[in-house]
Amino acid sequence: MSNYSSFIRRSEEKAEDRGHLLKILKAVSTHDSKVEAMKVSQFRDWASARVQAEGIKNHVLENLPELLEQFEEKISARGAEVFWARTTGEAQTHFLDICRQHNAHKVIKSKSMTTEEILLNETIESAGMKVWESDLGEMIVQLAGEKPYHIVTPAMHKSTAEISELFHEKLGTPMTDSAEELTMAARSYLRDAYITADIGVTGANFLIAGEGAIILTENEGNARLTMSCPPVHVVIAGIEKLLPSLEALPLFLPLLATSGTGQQITCYNSIIRGPRQAGEPDGPEKLYIILLDNGRSDLYSSRRFRESLRCIRCGACLNACPVYRTIGGHTYQTTYQGPIGSVITPHLKPMKEWQHLSFASSLCAACTSVCPVKIDLHTLLLENRSEAYSDHATGFLWRVGLKFWAYMFGSRSRLNFFRTIGWIKLPFIRPFIPRGLRKRIPVIPSKSFSNLWSSHERS
Amino acid sequence: MNTAHSKIALFIPCLVDQIYPEIGFAMASLLKHFGYEVNYDSRQTCCGQPAFNAGHRSEAGKVARTFLRVFKEPDIVVGPSGSCTAMIRNYYPVLFKDDHDCDAALALGSKVLEFSEFCQRENLIERIEGKFKALVGFHNSCHSYRELGIGQAPVEMLKRIEGLELRQPAGEPVCCGFGGLFSAKYSAIAAAMANTRLLTFTELGVEYIVSNDPGCIMHMRQEAIDRGIGTPILHLTEFLVKAMNIT
Repeated sequence: MSNYSSFIRRSEEKAEDRGHLLKILKAVSTHDSKVEAMKVSQFRDWASARVQAEGIKNHVLENLPELLEQFEEKISARGAEVFWARTTGEAQTHFLDICRQHNAHKVIKSKSMTTEEILLNETIESAGMKVWESDLGEMIVQLAGEKPYHIVTPAMHKSTAEISELFHEKLGTPMTDSAEELTMAARSYLRDAYITADIGVTGANFLIAGEGAIILTENEGNARLTMSCPPVHVVIAGIEKLLPSLEALPLFLPLLATSGTGQQITCYNSIIRGPRQAGEPDGPEKLYIILLDNGRSDLYSSRRFRESLRCIRCGACLNACPVYRTIGGHTYQTTYQGPIGSVITPHLKPMKEWQHLSFASSLCAACTSVCPVKIDLHTLLLENRSEAYSDHATGFLWRVGLKFWAYMFGSRSRLNFFRTIGWIKLPFIRPFIPRGLRKRIPVIPSKSFSNLWSSHERS
Repeated sequence: MNTAHSKIALFIPCLVDQIYPEIGFAMASLLKHFGYEVNYDSRQTCCGQPAFNAGHRSEAGKVARTFLRVFKEPDIVVGPSGSCTAMIRNYYPVLFKDDHDCDAALALGSKVLEFSEFCQRENLIERIEGKFKALVGFHNSCHSYRELGIGQAPVEMLKRIEGLELRQPAGEPVCCGFGGLFSAKYSAIAAAMANTRLLTFTELGVEYIVSNDPGCIMHMRQEAIDRGIGTPILHLTEFLVKAMNIT
């Protein structure tokens, strides 16, 4: 089944599922009110914070090659080793090489969408190693054998009852309706993994070029344990994650926390400048950083789409999107869901297989209005559609249909002619139109405004 | 009244022309009521948005060029759709970029106004008078609000009606799911979105749903028919004509 038909099938299922909708709406509306309140209480002027963040990210993108080299140079000077991966395959190979070098069997991971992008868990498992997700939400979806539902809140689609059942089945914990008890169960399950893991894998929320640092922001402390307990720390990050210097953090940490989760700042924020240094009592002995391109340089070289690399993966556009709310995260079948996912996926993967996502938007622009780095998301979706059409990636019927439409609407006389035919024929054609579409077509009156106006004006 | 603009060219979007002529007549009546002279040029067909949103820019360009020609002369053009106005103001510059008609496209963008936007600009809101006892919910068109930045003008217009009680949902505006061809290509998603939107209003107990975009209206009306929801869904102009008792 093509990605498109599977998207249609899944979206139709979800569209009918009121229970799902109510669950997501509830999560999103609690979230929304927290976010809106925090924008007002924490920022004197949210609008200018966005402009400033946009400017800093644009500066990064204008100087991306230089800043990446600066990052490599600075962090290598303190003992980290940097690998460059052009593709998913290269990133996987680098990672497996590191595992072999350290004779690793157990891997613990904190939350990272970039590792989802390169299918890291699958890679680890098919190499015969074990992997634990240490973020609570990620651990839940891992136990359930699912993919993250949302780039920030991966288990938002699971109720407490569902999680309790899952833990009961997989971990043997007693059934409970207390979120606290479930968290404690996860904690004891993970504790041993932290201590015995050979490698800890994290992503990076930001990479700092000027000082050579990796920034991790989180709420559970699991990323900090993941990077500091095992003897080896591997960071996997996209090349767009850069900020020029630590001076950008007072803006970007609250910006990300507010947009992502409605927090002032996340509970734990780590600045990592290298592996354990001489004389330091703790921290990993080795630090490896895999910098991933995987299509990003294509976005970078496109003048129109470069701005999509400003994304800080806060998830605000997903929460705001009425389509995401209706169909949920799994329907997209992409690493990055919602508006940002629909903008970038057709560029990171084959356009022909993923262009349908660019059309899965009503263009209501809610995404653009909430983006903290002012990515013109809905306009980029329009650009994608135009590109898909030029690449002959759209369906035959649409192409012919719109050509006919343009011919018909090219002049009033043609429009009147086809209207008369259509009006006579529509009642006969109607029963043959698929029900979903038929419902959307109203009864056409016998006379158009144009027909009526002349007689109206004469009277 | 701004006498410089006493003559208005009516912009009748394709949905109004072909499906809801009464919206066009309601807008014309209101403009006449406020003392304007209205003209309708029947050569107009559509602004080209359906093809543009589908990514078919060459087809959109063909239809849009006809539109540009029709509205070359008039000084002011008023239409009952925020979405179509946004297409002209915000996307004609994209469509006609590096084209010999680029200047004409930019010029048109600054003289086409959505109806409530026009009323606000011409200080007509305070001249709305009427009595109509009803609970009303206003569905703000996303394109009016976000693309054109029309904030509260339509709501201010409704508030002028004596006896009318507005019940607005929180977290506005939320899309009804129309999105032009989106609702044809992904009709199940679009229908679920419309249903969510309608339920938001019916739960507030409104007796009328009023909106300022024929697209939203068509989409919500079709969903209401399918779900057996009887709440009337009216265009702002239709509602005002009723509430102001204009014939």
